[in-house]
This record gives sequence, C-alpha cells and structure tokens, in this order.
Amino acid sequence: MADKILMKGNEALAEAAIMAGCRHYFGYPITPQTEVAAYMAKRMPKIGGVFLQAESEIAAINMVIGAAAAGKRAMTSSSSPGISLKSEGISYMAGCDLPALIVNVQRGGPGLGGIQPSQSDYFQATCGGGHGDFHLLVLAPSSVQEMADLVAKGFDLAEKYRMPCMLLADGTMGQMMEPVSLEETKQEACEKPWALTGTKGERKPNIINSLALQPQELEQWNEDRFKRYEIVKENEQMAESYLMDDAEYCVVAFGIAARVSQNAVDAARAKGIKVGMIRPITLWPFPEKVLKEAADKCKAFLSVELNMGQMIKDVKLAIDCKKPVDLCYRTGGMIPSPEEVLAAIEKMQKEGK
Amino acid sequence: MIVFDKPKALTDAPLHYCPGCTHGIIHRLVAEAIDNLNIGGETIGVASVGCSVFTYNYFNVDMVQAAHGRAPAVATGVKRADPSKIVFTYQGDGDLASIGMAETVHAAARGENITIIFVNNAIYGMTGGQMAPTSLPGQVTQTSPYGRDTNTVGFPVKVCELLSTLDGAGYIERVAVNNVKNVRNAKKAIEKAFRNQVEGKGFSLIEVVSTCPTNWGKTPQGALEWLEENMLPYYPLGVYKDKFAEEAAK
Ligand SMILES: Cc1ncc(C[n+]2csc(CCOP(=O)(O)OP(=O)(O)O)c2C)c(N)n1
Ligand code: SF4
Ligand SMILES: [Mg+2]
Repeated sequence: MADKILMKGNEALAEAAIMAGCRHYFGYPITPQTEVAAYMAKRMPKIGGVFLQAESEIAAINMVIGAAAAGKRAMTSSSSPGISLKSEGISYMAGCDLPALIVNVQRGGPGLGGIQPSQSDYFQATCGGGHGDFHLLVLAPSSVQEMADLVAKGFDLAEKYRMPCMLLADGTMGQMMEPVSLEETKQEACEKPWALTGTKGERKPNIINSLALQPQELEQWNEDRFKRYEIVKENEQMAESYLMDDAEYCVVAFGIAARVSQNAVDAARAKGIKVGMIRPITLWPFPEKVLKEAADKCKAFLSVELNMGQMIKDVKLAIDCKKPVDLCYRTGGMIPSPEEVLAAIEKMQKEGK
Repeated sequence: MIVFDKPKALTDAPLHYCPGCTHGIIHRLVAEAIDNLNIGGETIGVASVGCSVFTYNYFNVDMVQAAHGRAPAVATGVKRADPSKIVFTYQGDGDLASIGMAETVHAAARGENITIIFVNNAIYGMTGGQMAPTSLPGQVTQTSPYGRDTNTVGFPVKVCELLSTLDGAGYIERVAVNNVKNVRNAKKAIEKAFRNQVEGKGFSLIEVVSTCPTNWGKTPQGALEWLEENMLPYYPLGVYKDKFAEEAAK
C-alpha cells in the first residue's frame, strides 16, 4: 500500500487517471471541476502526455473521440452544464463503441443552476444522456479514495466492453480533501484491433462510424450492443452494503448522500432501529441483485438523494415495488443533514410497522 | 500502357454523387495527393455530415465519421494522439462554416497540424437544398424561397478571408474544379496542403468552390456556368495566406 497523502478529490482523480495510463486529457473550465484541468495542465507536459483546453465542451468530447478512435486512453471532465454539451459526442461514442472516461462533478441545475454539489444529473447519466438507444457505464464515488480508485476501474470497464464510462461525482467529492493512497494501477491488457493506426498498406482500412441508413442494419447494431449491456448487467454491478445482515429497513444512497446517510444509520441503530444501507457504486448497471435480496428481508426502503427524486425510480424497479420506498432529498446544491435523514428513517420505521 | 488509373487511395466502391457534382473530382484529387506523397498507410481521414458522409467508404485509409461540424475537433484528437499520422477532414459548407464554425476557427487558431478539405457548394446538399452560410445574396433555396435576403439573414461567410486573419492559420487557398486549368491548380493546392502536414508545418485549409446541380436546379453544364457567373466573383480564387512560404522567404 502506498503512503497516504492529503488530496482534493478532483486532484486525486486526475493523478489516478495518469497512473492508469491516461495521457490524453481534453477539457473546458467549469466549477466545481476545474482542478482536474489545472492538474492535468501541470502534469501532462512533464510526462509526455497531452493536455488541451478545448474551445468548448463540444470540442473537448470530440477530441476525446479522436484520441479514443486512435486507440488511446483518453478522458474529459466537466460539470453539469458542460455535460449537456458533451451529450452529442457521448451518443456518437456509444454509437461508435468507443471507450473513454467522462467525469461529471455535478452542480445544481437545471440551466446555469448553481455551483454547489448536486446529484441531479442522475437521469441524464443513467439513461444515456444523449439521443438514441444506449447506456453508459456510470460509477459513483463516495470518498476521495474512490475518486481515485474508480478511475482505473472505469477505464478498464470502458475498454473491456467498448463503452464510454462516466464517473458521476459531485461538488463535495471534487472539492473535499481526504487522505488517499495512490498506486500505479496495472492496466488490463486490452487489444484494440479496431483502432485507427494507419493501414500501413497491410490491412483493410478500419472505419469508426455510427451511421447505418438501412434500418435492419441499425436494428442489428443496437441489438448487438444491448446483448453486450446484458453481460455488463450480469457481471459488473457494484454496491457496498452497510449493516444489512439483520436490517429491517434499508437506506439507499450514493456519493455524498451515502456519507451523510451512514451517520444517520449509525444514529438510528443507537436508537435501536434495525436499519442498514446499500450504497450503489455502479449506477449503471444499477445494483439490482443486492436490492432484490434486500426486498425479501426489509420492510421499507428510503432513497436519499441530492435531487428531487431520481434514483428512487430505479430502486422501485429493482425491488419490483414489493415494499414501500420513501424519499429524503434536498436539491439546488443543498445537502441533507444527518438529522434530516434520521428523521426520515424514523418516519419510515413508524409507517412500516 | 495505362495512362489513367484509379488512385490507390480510393476504394472500388462506386461513388453515390449526383451527375455533375464536383465532390467526385475532389475525392480524386485528395486521393492523388495521398498517393503522390505515399502516405496512404499513415493517413487517417475524418468524414463529416453532408453529402460526403460516406467518404469513409471511398478513401482507402483508416476513417472516423464525425458529428455534424465536429470534424476539426475529432481530427485534433486523432493528431494529438499520434502526431506521426497524417490527418485530414473533408467537410461541406454547412458543416464547416455554420454548425462547426467554432471547431474550424479554433483548429486554425491553434495552428493544428491537420489538413482540411472544405467543399463550398453554397447549399445544404444532403438535406435537400436549404440555405447555407455560404449561399449567395439573392440565392433561392428551400429555406430562402424568395432569395437570400441580406436584410434579414445577413451575408455569406467567406471562410478563406476570415481564417487568413488568424495568426495560427498556415496555408489557406481557395480553388475550383470547373475547368482543366483550375483542376490542375486545385490538385497542386491540395497536395501542398498535405505536404505541409507531412513536413510538420501546421494548419492548411483548401476551399474548393463546388457545384450542386441537383439542389441548384441546374444541369451539370448549367451548374458550372452558374458557378462561374455567380460563385467565382463572390468567392475569388487564390492563396489567402501562406505563412509557411513567408517564413521560408525570410
Ligand atoms: C446536429 C445535426 N444537425 C443537422 C443535421 C442534418 N444535416 C445533415 S447534412 C446537413 C447539411 C450538410 O450541408 P453541407 O455541409 O454544406 O454539405 P453538402 O451536403 O452540401 O456537401 C444537415 C443540416 C445533422 N445530421 N446533425
Ligand atoms: S445533392 Fe448536390 S452536393 Fe449532394 S451529391 Fe448531389 S449534387 Fe452533389
Ligand atoms: Mg454544402
């Protein structure tokens, strides 16, 4: 284990990307993720990598497309309004089966919104966030350590399944400082015979393309892609269970909401309420398996979110609406206090009896 | 003895372009440049959205198909990923000068070491003949049915003139392929735009004033006449900038 150092989430993420072999970063400034760009601007030129400040998020994601098409580990980062601009490129990337990492350090919306932490891009991230039938891999860190660890994981998954991967963080994750240990991650060897490397006159041209004017052909492409998505759903669900063994009630929360909720769960346990927490780490694929198991044991669920209630729909779907699901939320950049979450747990317990 | 053969940099796929459309000639000139410089095995092309979207089937090189207007950004990513590759985009006027104007201007401003082939036919060909940023004053199109009214929709964008004001832009030339002399000149310009990149010099863009007989409502011959009478006076041919030649002369 490498020594622990104190780092901001955004910087830990940036260094972790470099350690995971990423040498191509394209971005555009926006709060609260600008530290990623600043870090890359400093580091990349020293290690023979590429940092390029694009003219817009649209250009940045298309530069990522170019570098990914050339077979490189490439990434971009932004925050909510910028991710909206990237969604055209994200859709093209999905349609071209290109792997890359897209970081969204979310802020409150809609519109220009605010600059405080939020989870209100959950729908946008987990439903694809662009036109067409597709999904992204979506990973949700809830500590600075995970901001780092999920970067390498994200690149590996993206390349394994040839899908774009989104790291869905929030302003708190990006800005807070925590001790973190960073280690050179072993890059999973991944052949890229599809990459544009020049034919050298020795092979047929590689073509990276999402256009299929024949509907039968496009249907087949989409069917094939969704078969791959089924494998991802089967193999890659990740969640952390906290005090779930004897739990009668289950809190579901990710990212910063899970940090707050864990305190509330502890407080509720101290009061004798048998409550636990499931923290999704992959938001797509959503960790349905653990939730289904929990649905057999628990009396009620509580979704805690920094938005008007987005993940709650996936919770209900995962448990087939077998048990009641309450919502505890703050929005617009507000974060619920542990007391608010505790009150919601107590209410759930009272109603669930 | 074969005196006229298909360039190696073109595939055998039959071109889908309309009779009299100059996209085909321009494809040939690009392919000849690639052959003459012997760079086909190292070239990566970026197709745009427009009538030329299928260039990825025609050029016998690795290709990626970019979103509408984004080709210069995609090309930037490819080139930065591997500067040893020769990277070019092939874009129409709607693609390059309307929806992709920001990507075009900034690739030029950065002096990105890529080659852009810009086909200006003063119309949105693929979508059936709507007004383009380059449609001429008074030009009748599907979305300017009474003629382009400069009072309400303003004036055409002159891409070469505009880009040549940027310090980052290296070589900017406007050519046409309406007669043998102009085709020869276009061939030279396109080859030079690729050679600049091979020599690591920087950003080159060749605008080719082109025809769209189908959406102009003209015969192939009539389209060439319309181009000569209307397009060329508005879009004068010539070298707008050659920073590399200026530098060499110093
Ligand atoms: C984002 C987006 N907007 C609109 C379109 C529709 N569209 C396809 S081609 C085109 C115009 C192309 O015109 P131009 O670039 O001049 O090329 P040409 O067909 O004339 O060669 C448009 C508007 C699209 N594909 N994507
Ligand atoms: S529509 Fe116009 S630009 Fe397109 S292929 Fe036909 S003539 Fe050429
Ligand atoms: Mg056009």
